[in-house]
Amino acid sequence: METVQETIRPPVHEKVQEPVITIRHLYKSFGANKVLADFSLELKKGENVAVLGKSGSGKSVLIKCIIGLLKPDSGEINVLGQPVANLDHDELDRIRVKVGFLFQSNALYDSMTVRENLEFPMRRHWIKMTPGESSDRVMETLKNVGLAHTVDMMPVELSGGMRKRIALARTLILNPDIMLYDEPTTGLDPITGKEISKLMMEVGEKYNTSSLIISHDMNCIRATADRIVMLIDGKCYADGSYEELKRNNDPKVKQFFE
Amino acid sequence: MALPKTWQSFLDETGDMSRFTGRFFAQGFKPRYEFSEFIHQCFIIGFKSLPLIGLTGFIMGLVLTMQLRPSLIDYGVESQLPAMVGIAIVREIGPVVTALIFAGKIGSSIGAELGSMKVTEQIDAMEVSGTNPFKYLVVTRVLAATVMLPVLVILSDAISLYGSYLGVNIRATTSFQLFFKQVFDALSFSDVWPAVIKTFFFGFAVGMVGCYKGYNSRKGTEGVGRSANSAVVVSSLLVFIIDLVVVQVTDLLGIN
Repeated sequence: METVQETIRPPVHEKVQEPVITIRHLYKSFGANKVLADFSLELKKGENVAVLGKSGSGKSVLIKCIIGLLKPDSGEINVLGQPVANLDHDELDRIRVKVGFLFQSNALYDSMTVRENLEFPMRRHWIKMTPGESSDRVMETLKNVGLAHTVDMMPVELSGGMRKRIALARTLILNPDIMLYDEPTTGLDPITGKEISKLMMEVGEKYNTSSLIISHDMNCIRATADRIVMLIDGKCYADGSYEELKRNNDPKVKQFFE
Repeated sequence: MALPKTWQSFLDETGDMSRFTGRFFAQGFKPRYEFSEFIHQCFIIGFKSLPLIGLTGFIMGLVLTMQLRPSLIDYGVESQLPAMVGIAIVREIGPVVTALIFAGKIGSSIGAELGSMKVTEQIDAMEVSGTNPFKYLVVTRVLAATVMLPVLVILSDAISLYGSYLGVNIRATTSFQLFFKQVFDALSFSDVWPAVIKTFFFGFAVGMVGCYKGYNSRKGTEGVGRSANSAVVVSSLLVFIIDLVVVQVTDLLGIN
C-alpha cells in the first residue's frame, strides 16, 4: 500500500526557472482587521509551493488577490510578468486564461451538466473551436481526471471527491501555466484527500504547471509541495521544504507539525 | 445626534441598492451583450411562470365576478358586471396581483439562486472564467423580468376576463361576444396604457431587488434563505409603492 511517506516530493531545484508569480510587500485589510501585512512570495516555473496557515490567516485572501478577485491595499503582484492590480478587465481575462483556480467549494455551476461546466470557460474566453474539437477536449480532460463517464451528469449527482475532480478538470481545460489550489482537500475524507493530492501531482506533471497550494492539510502539503511558505501574522513567517520546517524549533512553526 | 440603528441600516441598504441600480445602468447597455442568456432567462422567468400566473388570474376573475354580483343586483345594475370587472382587472387588480405573484415566484427564485451562487463561489468562478458576472447574472435577469412581466400581465388579464365570463354564466346566460363587447366598450386607451406601463416598473423592481439580495448574500445557507425571503418582502412592498406613485402621476396628468 502506498504510504504518505512514499508520496513526499523530492526537491526540484534543478527544474526551477524564472518566477511566474512574484508578490512583494502585499497589504490587505478588511476594516480594522489586517489580513496581509508585508507579505512577499515568489513562485518559479515548474515549482509547487504550499502556503500554510491557520484558518482565517488570510490564505484565501492571498489567492484571490493573485487572481484579481480582490484588490490589495498596497504592494505588488506580478503574474506571468503582468501587474495584476493595474490591469483592466480585458487584460485580466487574458491572464486568467493561463491561471487555473480550483475553488475550495469547487464552485461547479449547479444548473449546468459536467460537459457545460467544462465548456463554459472555453466559450467565455472565446477559445475558437468547432463543436467536435470542443467535445474532444472535454472528454480528454475528463479522462485525465478519471471521470469521462460523468460527462452528462449534473454536479448534484456527484460525490464530493468527484466534484473536486470535475472542478479540477474545469481549471485544466484551458491548459493553464499556473494552478492555484484553494484548500483542495478540505471537506474530503483522508482517502479521497490523498487521491486528490495524487491527482494534483499527476496533472501538474502532465500539463507542466506551476502550483500554488493554499492549505492547512499537512498530508496534502507533504505530498504535493516542493516548498512551504508559512503565513503567520499576515506575513511570510518561514519558508523552506517540509523537512527543513519540521526541524525548525520556532513554536509558531512547530505547532503545525505536532 | 446619531440615528437609531434600524434607520442607519435602512439608509445603508437604500444607498447600496441605489448604487447597485446605478451599476445596472452603467454596465447593462455596454457590450459584451449576453443575448443568449437573456433569452434563456425570458424562458425561465416568463414561460415557466405562465401556469401559475394563468391559474391565479383565472381564479381572480371568477371570484371577483361572483363577489361583485350581489352588490350590483342590490343597486339594479347587474348588466354592468362585465364592464366593472373588466375595468377593475385591467386597470388595477390584474397588474398588481400578477406582480405580487411574480414577486413571490421570481423574486424569491432569483434571490435564492444568486445567493446560493454567491456563497458557493460560483460567481467568483464565473469571473475567473472571463465572464462579467454582473452582466451575465444580474443584467439578463433584470431585463428579462422587466420585459416578461408586462407580457404575463396581459395574458393574466385575458385569462381573468375569461374566468369572469364563466363566473357570469354561473347564474345568468351571456354570450362570449356580448360579454367581451361590454368589457371593451367600457375600456378606453387611457385605462390600458398606464396599467401596462406600470408593469414594466413592477418587473424591473422585482428583478432588481431579487438580484440585489442574492448578489449580496452573506453568512452561508442561512443568508441564502434570508436573501430569498427579503427579496419577496421588499419587492412586494415596492410593487405597492410604485402603484401608488403611478396612480398619483396619472391622476395629476388627468389620465383617468
